[in-house]
Amino acid sequence: MRNAFASEITKLATEDERVVMLSGDIGNRLFDDYKKRVPKRFFNCGVAEANMISVGAGMASCGLRPVAYTITPFITTRVMEQIRVDVCYHNVPVVIVGVGGGLSYASLGATHHSCEDIAFLRVLPNMIVICPADAVEVRLALRAVLQQDSPVYMRLGKKGEPVVHKGIPNFVIGKAIIVRPGTDVCLLSTGNMLPTTLEAAEALGHKGVSAQVVSFHTVKPLDEQLLAESFAKFKVVATIEEHSILGGFGGSVAEWLADRPAQEARLCRIATPDTFLHEAGEQEYAREVFGLTGPHIAEKILQAAR
Amino acid sequence: MTANLAELETLARNIRGKVVELSHKAGTPHLGSALSCVDILVAAYSGVLAIDPKHPDDPNRDRLILSKGHAATALFATLAHRGFFPMALLDTFAESGSRLPEQPSPHGAPGVEWATGSLGHGLSVGLGVALAGRIQSRSYRVVVVMSDGECEEGTVWEAALFAPIHKLDNVTVIIDYNKWQATGRSNEIMNLSPLRQKWEAFGWNACEVDGHDLNALLTAMKQVPDGSGKPVAIIAHTVKGKGVSFMQDDNNWHYRSPNAEELQKARQELGLA
Repeated sequence: MRNAFASEITKLATEDERVVMLSGDIGNRLFDDYKKRVPKRFFNCGVAEANMISVGAGMASCGLRPVAYTITPFITTRVMEQIRVDVCYHNVPVVIVGVGGGLSYASLGATHHSCEDIAFLRVLPNMIVICPADAVEVRLALRAVLQQDSPVYMRLGKKGEPVVHKGIPNFVIGKAIIVRPGTDVCLLSTGNMLPTTLEAAEALGHKGVSAQVVSFHTVKPLDEQLLAESFAKFKVVATIEEHSILGGFGGSVAEWLADRPAQEARLCRIATPDTFLHEAGEQEYAREVFGLTGPHIAEKILQAAR
Repeated sequence: MTANLAELETLARNIRGKVVELSHKAGTPHLGSALSCVDILVAAYSGVLAIDPKHPDDPNRDRLILSKGHAATALFATLAHRGFFPMALLDTFAESGSRLPEQPSPHGAPGVEWATGSLGHGLSVGLGVALAGRIQSRSYRVVVVMSDGECEEGTVWEAALFAPIHKLDNVTVIIDYNKWQATGRSNEIMNLSPLRQKWEAFGWNACEVDGHDLNALLTAMKQVPDGSGKPVAIIAHTVKGKGVSFMQDDNNWHYRSPNAEELQKARQELGLA
């Protein structure tokens, strides 16, 4: 996702004179091509993320489309005040891009984990929250958000994730994409959990359970139509995210569900628990610990469907 | 617009009178903070900034961000006197449903560039506006007015590190150095002094002026950009509550609002009654 982002933003910046890249001293060599092609609209803002966000807000108020980029916790929870006041209160189109969402950078320790960012950012008025599933969605999402007049948060994984979409899906902000049709249970995946969710769907198939898989890339605003249809039709609707069980995608769907009459489907939230991970380990290890693997997810869905 | 000094002094007295009146009428605090920056705002809006009250959104206008948003009455009264909006709107200050809340709101009244009140935001935003001007080939200037207590916010120093490296010489920071913050002397709460040298050490051209000497303020502000390629910090030595003898340098007026008798006395001292 990281390399797709760098290549797409370079393309977009050459096409659109409003695009300005702000980096928090990250992406060594990643933006070399951008810097070569659009040197006047690239700023390494240093290890000073709060200033970077407000600088972006000032630029956006003048008609530019700043894209602020660094590691997820440092461009979200660290700078909530600047995002809330300068970006959201003023409703200016700053695109905030976090790389290393969830447990992508698990080995760097919990300072670099980001399992709370969706919860924090989605409660801010005017903010759009998008978690692309793969490199294809990253490119499409970036194109779409630069046409928005609102603040946007985009949560990326790292580099080298599997590409799920074989073609170019129709990407509309707030409209989830059905990736795999099914009839018994519906698995709503947000962000980088999509490949694992497809694995879970396969495993469920072997147990005789037909699972629909959806890339629910926009956490805010929710695709309410798809939710309504899914909860009316399936036995279980599951939310799957590399984010805390509190306040994230699953939390958002639970809020939506709470205000509606009883539905056919029950909700099953699959997410990280309300805890920090203290041990060393790569993303695969962290996901194993937190039960975010295909087999673990399939097992939870089976239990919920009983 | 250029006005002579005597006219500006009269304008400043009128604005001070209005600021005291607004605080009395609405029962709002921060009167001392507003009175201390009136001369800075008068010098900027009536003698320095390239602005047209009829076209408050002109993309080529100079910008002033009042980062110390708690002094909003001084900004609102200055904008109203400068013709950005009618006095009738000014008189709705802090009323329910008014476009003029106690601290500036976004897209509120014409001429208000940024919603402030949470300290330490204005300079970073101003730097973004200044860089946008460079990218869009516009030659406007950006002035950011901050308080001394505000300089305790870490973001101020992030911004202070950022501006010189990008040679943002069209940016002026004016610090309303009234030596007080909410609950005490600013230099007894945090180690602000020596303030000019701090800004110099961060790569700014810094100077110190009497923040109530309109001529000195005009001279300092008009020199920007000064040809050095550096942004400019003007440390304006001021007196909190300036202009009303019983409010001057008395920090109770950070919180108090004047009663009818005090308003009348203040207006007399300002030569308005």
